Amino acid sequence: MELFRKIAVPIAAIVVFLILWELLVWVNGWPNYVMASPSDLPEAYIRFWKLFLSGAWETLWRTVAGLLIAVVAGVLLGMIMGFSRIANDALYPLLVGFNAVPKATLVPVLALLFIGQHNFNTVMMAFLISFFPIAVSVAIGLATLEPEYRDILRSLGASRFTIFRKIALPKTLPEFFGALKVSATLAFIGTNLVEIISPHGRGLGALFLSGQTNSNYPLMFAVLIALAVLGILLYYAVVWLERIFAGWADRTT
Amino acid sequence: MTDLIEIKDVHHAYKTRSGPLPVLGGLNLSVPEGEFCAVVGPSGCGKSTLTRLIAGLMRPDAGEVWLHGERVVSPRRTVGMAFQNPVLLEWRTILDNVILPLEIVATKMPRKQRVARAEELLAMVGLSGFEGKRPSELSGGMRQRASLCRAIVHKPDVLIMDEPFGALDNFTREDLWQTMRNLRSAEPFTAVLITHDLRESVYLGDQVIVLSDRPAKTQYVMDIGLSEDRPLDILYEPHVGDMLQTLRDQIRIAQGRGGDRH
Repeated sequence: MELFRKIAVPIAAIVVFLILWELLVWVNGWPNYVMASPSDLPEAYIRFWKLFLSGAWETLWRTVAGLLIAVVAGVLLGMIMGFSRIANDALYPLLVGFNAVPKATLVPVLALLFIGQHNFNTVMMAFLISFFPIAVSVAIGLATLEPEYRDILRSLGASRFTIFRKIALPKTLPEFFGALKVSATLAFIGTNLVEIISPHGRGLGALFLSGQTNSNYPLMFAVLIALAVLGILLYYAVVWLERIFAGWADRTT
Repeated sequence: MTDLIEIKDVHHAYKTRSGPLPVLGGLNLSVPEGEFCAVVGPSGCGKSTLTRLIAGLMRPDAGEVWLHGERVVSPRRTVGMAFQNPVLLEWRTILDNVILPLEIVATKMPRKQRVARAEELLAMVGLSGFEGKRPSELSGGMRQRASLCRAIVHKPDVLIMDEPFGALDNFTREDLWQTMRNLRSAEPFTAVLITHDLRESVYLGDQVIVLSDRPAKTQYVMDIGLSEDRPLDILYEPHVGDMLQTLRDQIRIAQGRGGDRH
């Protein structure tokens, strides 16, 4: 019953959303070159299913690769900032400034720096757009660790590394996963940005672009829906990891 | 026989934005092996600083701290600590929380032996059957019991407690006083207890030290001299009442309100 509710309720919500969308298009009498309706989509999927599969794979692996780099770099940066006040003061304005730069403006910069390295550029962008929340959450998690937590091990002569491994790291896991959920969707945006903007792009972004150049509006919308589905999958993958590694923080059950 | 803990004329000041803030100004303290020393004093008088000094977590500006005839300059493994906040690790079970110090101090001890040791202590404080629970599933008093077990699991010479019962309601607190006494009769350790509860200091202590207001120095030392076997009712006996009255007067003097009883 519990499982049924957990699956049925979100599916029902999605169906309601699709019906409302269909109604909106129908009531306004929009032709499908103004706004496609859900009933236009199956045709696009059936016709281009090979492109959708290969595109989705391209988009997914590059997003995940960028996200993994963001996790490593973000955790390292967060550790440095969390443990050292000076590093924190020095890096914070830089990070905020970097995060404030619209990432679309970086696409040509990356494209010029690494000409032709499309995969590398895409992974790079996914990383650049998504490491910030991870670095900040880890830094805050470490900096706000109550001194008593450190003292119970420090009073036994434990090394800084031991204290980090046994206490600071697991204690920041819930914050880390909170940030990772944000970062996962951000990385996705980064990948698509490069795929759509850069010439000779690949992945779902490129498929969207080809829909645009061929005025195939149902295809564009079909790509958007596919992207949403991928985003949801990635998000729930993070939720699943969170339940394994930081399930103790969940007080609802 | 020298005293296990020896604090000689310790001075310490914290750096603040408005200049140095002296918290300890000539503190003396000596606790013989096996004794229970309760420290009371006005709030903000540097009692917590004292615990950090004994634990070797910080060094005083001037004066000396000795443990076992050795100068304390850094943390030592023979110390156990408990705080007002039980600081249990939420991602570990109660059992694994208690085992934590053994993972640092007794790295070679087999898991089986660690578990046996932790279970023995948990049974002593009445937490048998809760080994597999998470800290969030326990009440405040039970968490503090587990925290005490963790503080002594590695058989420290000295147990340092900073208001461990401060956040508990009265009945739970009195229960824990008894638990504390049981633990001490089963496990010999020297204890320093920071508290703001005079009844607690008399019931648990062999000696009670009254600190003066900041910068704190030793203002008054009282030998309790009650028998080891102490029912709670002892707190309502006249001679214990006199002790409490004396201590209360000393606190008033420490607060700079000497004598004006009302």
